[in-house]
Amino acid sequence: MTVRVQTEDFDLSAEVARLRAANPAIGAVVTFLGTVRDINDGAAVAEMELEHYPGMTEKALEDIVAQAKTRWDIFDALVVHRVGPLKPLEQIVLVAVTAPHRGEAFAACEFIIDYLKTQAPFWKKEQTPEGARWVDARVTDDRAMQKWNKENQ
Amino acid sequence: MNIELRFFAGVRETLGLAKESVALPAGVNTVGAARAFLIARGGAWAAALGEQRLLRMAYNQQMADAHTPIADGGELAFFPPVTGG
Repeated sequence: MTVRVQTEDFDLSAEVARLRAANPAIGAVVTFLGTVRDINDGAAVAEMELEHYPGMTEKALEDIVAQAKTRWDIFDALVVHRVGPLKPLEQIVLVAVTAPHRGEAFAACEFIIDYLKTQAPFWKKEQTPEGARWVDARVTDDRAMQKWNKENQ
Repeated sequence: MNIELRFFAGVRETLGLAKESVALPAGVNTVGAARAFLIARGGAWAAALGEQRLLRMAYNQQMADAHTPIADGGELAFFPPVTGG
């Protein structure tokens, strides 16, 4: 299991290649790539700044990945999350999961990103024509996480 | 007892402060009691940490609630609901 918080960009292909290297038992790799949009809640976004809680962030991500590993038959999972200033089109977050079969990999990947969005201490601040504003948490993100408490019990 | 306070995002900006070491009076031994103690400072503290604000709290870098016990040397953080990913 690997989790990384970094300012620099990452290479999706290189990350996946490293994650699945030398394990011929892997039959599926599912990745989620989050990117910066140029519009949010009706306002143009020129740039965003991602703040986090060093120390807690890594622990929270490791805990989320550990939960996924106990719930699904997966080999490994990788989370890379960027912080600092980011512009539209840039990559923000990567979740990659390896498993023997696709079903477990899809479920675990979705679980990890859903939990990350409500449990990992990151905050986005957007620069818009009306000035800077902190992004509000979304109720839909809470619902996305809650569904994992109802399903798969 | 002494604890370390940490503030993030909008809470940090409202307070103009990212961290502080604070000596808590006897009897203040939960996350909720510490929050009430800080709100009682008034001004920006009441604005940043008041019950009207939707806040999340972490104690020793684990998500916590008002009932979570705190102890000398602990780290208590206040921040808005998270928005990563």
